Amino acid sequence: MMVVRNWILLLAALAATASLAAFGFLSYAPNRIVPGVARSLHEVAGDAVTVLAATALALALLCFLPQRRAVLLVAAAGLLMALGVLLFAAGHGATMLAATGVPAGRTSLGPAFWLALAAICLALIDTAEQAGLSALGRSLLIGAALAMLAGMAWSGLFDNLSLAREYHAHTDAFALEFRRHLTLVVLSAAISGAIGLPLGVMAFRDPRFGQRLFGVLGIVQTVPSIALFGLLIGPLSLLASTFPVLRQVGISGIGAAPALIALVLYSLLPLVRNTVAGLRSVPESVVEAASGSGMRAAQIMRQVMLPLALPVILSGFRIVVIQTIGLTVVAALIGAGGLGTFVFQGLGQNAIDLVLLGVIPTIVLALAGDVLFSLAAANLTQMP
Amino acid sequence: MITLAGVSKIYDGLRVVDRLDLDIAAGSICVIVGPSGCGKSTTLRMVNALIAADEGRIIVNGQDVREADPASLRRGIGYVIQSAGLFPHWSIADNIATVPRLLGWPRDRIAARVAELIRLVGLDDGDMAQRRPHQLSGGQQQRVGVARALAADPPILLMDEPFGALDPVTRRALQDELIAIHRATAKTIVLVTHDMDEALKLGERIVVMEEGRIVQDGSPAAIATAPVNDLVRDFVGGEEAALRLLARGTVADVMRPPGATRQTATIEPGATLGVALARMVASGHGELGVRDEAGREIGVIALADLAPGRRP
Ligand SMILES: Nc1ncnc2c1ncn2[C@@H]1O[C@H](COP(=O)(O)OP(=O)(O)O)[C@@H](O)[C@H]1O
Ligand SMILES: [Mg+2]
Repeated sequence: MMVVRNWILLLAALAATASLAAFGFLSYAPNRIVPGVARSLHEVAGDAVTVLAATALALALLCFLPQRRAVLLVAAAGLLMALGVLLFAAGHGATMLAATGVPAGRTSLGPAFWLALAAICLALIDTAEQAGLSALGRSLLIGAALAMLAGMAWSGLFDNLSLAREYHAHTDAFALEFRRHLTLVVLSAAISGAIGLPLGVMAFRDPRFGQRLFGVLGIVQTVPSIALFGLLIGPLSLLASTFPVLRQVGISGIGAAPALIALVLYSLLPLVRNTVAGLRSVPESVVEAASGSGMRAAQIMRQVMLPLALPVILSGFRIVVIQTIGLTVVAALIGAGGLGTFVFQGLGQNAIDLVLLGVIPTIVLALAGDVLFSLAAANLTQMP
Repeated sequence: MITLAGVSKIYDGLRVVDRLDLDIAAGSICVIVGPSGCGKSTTLRMVNALIAADEGRIIVNGQDVREADPASLRRGIGYVIQSAGLFPHWSIADNIATVPRLLGWPRDRIAARVAELIRLVGLDDGDMAQRRPHQLSGGQQQRVGVARALAADPPILLMDEPFGALDPVTRRALQDELIAIHRATAKTIVLVTHDMDEALKLGERIVVMEEGRIVQDGSPAAIATAPVNDLVRDFVGGEEAALRLLARGTVADVMRPPGATRQTATIEPGATLGVALARMVASGHGELGVRDEAGREIGVIALADLAPGRRP
């Protein structure tokens, strides 16, 4: 009697296979104006069909085995391979279409590609979860996927996709907005750290203050980001027009200043919450010993409590950085720049590739941030 | 050295320490013993000002603890707690160096002192100094806790159930070492325990507490042989309390000069009185010859010599 022991993986394999068979993998248009014609995976990359079908079949068979760690790790490796083949087929197919088409022809990614990509990524996340991968293992997995993507992009494999064309048409703007995006994220993390850590320490020492602080920060968290960005335009414009000095240092109702304020406000709750949780996790006996040895309150905090709370605080930073990378996209709406610029330009021009030029680097940045902080935390917990 | 005068601690209207008077002489080991929740830890923590007394005065080394700077006061009082409370992110050496560093000792003096203490508490095998607390057994961690408390050579040592979490063998070993350390350093030690065996073994003076008050205060022999009430009697184990006292002292402490004839049953001078009694019971002889390593008879010990009154 065959029993399905991993429904998610099985459904993902079926969904990816079905969508690749049913929908267009790439879409080719002779120019930017006319709508594209769908091309199936079979048409643009025949060999990939064989490899992907074999991989899907193998993954489907794994679903009937007892889901031991080894089986799940094999599944993860299979999914990673499928991801690579999918990306490769997209780049390779676009190159083929470009070779046979006109110079102004554009190849974009079709629904089959996106559906298969989504199925593979979901299955990968679930498999990593089920295998109980450590932070380090998860980071390695994400790192491998990112490295694969970067390697292919670097080698020029994607150069004939309209996405890459869009990139080449906006190289300077991309570099500028990417840097702006990063700057906003780093500045916001630094400022919210400088405010959030002391607030966390205060909330830990005075639970009544902490309760009130969490109340306020909780309300901030529920305000939708566009609304918060918008809300800050008024007061800041007023400030800037009242005090011209502010305008001279670049503070006004729109731009980086209100964006930073909003980003910091959103970051405070997770940071303060994790700081308090980290401090609470320090064993009472350790604090008693520190106090009994004659350390003063500040020494206990700096030498004992904060170092021991650091892993939990770092995981707060991880949440905050990933969240800020996403929110900064929205900040482009109030003129703060960043990768959101392409998203909103693309939405305005109905140019989906331009939108992707903003979205894909955002996702890559968020994943890279996740890996970075997970590695740092894993490094810390190894030397408790 | 330490004086408590009418000291109370009140939690939620309840006196968990109730107008306590206690005077602890310099260089002695005083053991505070009593059932769980009777206020032992609270009393101890008021001495190093981790808890402020609500009534009364506490004088340590001639100074009222209320008027002292708490951090400076505590740097002059070693403090050992049950779970050791080592700093998990520091090496053993750094843990031991806590108070000297707070006192701003120069580096080489700290290093020398740490090495000396690691030897004193019997941890000098290999790379112990650079290990982290989680790599040590419970007994080793507690040794480090004692070393940390002794680091700046404070005249006073406060110990709150320091051996309570250890297995019986390790506990006995650490108790023996504490006795040795006390002999070598003559520190004033106040030790809290709920274990009467430990109290009878370690204490030169035993203070029995119940519900925040002192019910009996005396020598181990007095506590064991003349308990003032049923609580103390139950606590020391009734009539068998006299047997528990035998854990104190050695044959060498009470033996008399050898007689003309050699005894047939023998004992080593370093054995505890408990072992001597067991040897008498096993051999059926009421008198044992005390032989040194060379086999010379250096004394005799008889059943009567085991009575509490005859002992130091
Ligand atoms: N911070 C506190 N708040 C309220 N009650 C306390 C507090 N600390 C100790 N107590 C109470 O005081 C009594 C004595 O506690 P403690 O000194 O720890 O006892 P022992 O060390 O003898 O077991 C106990 O009943 C305990 O519940
Ligand atoms: Mg206690």
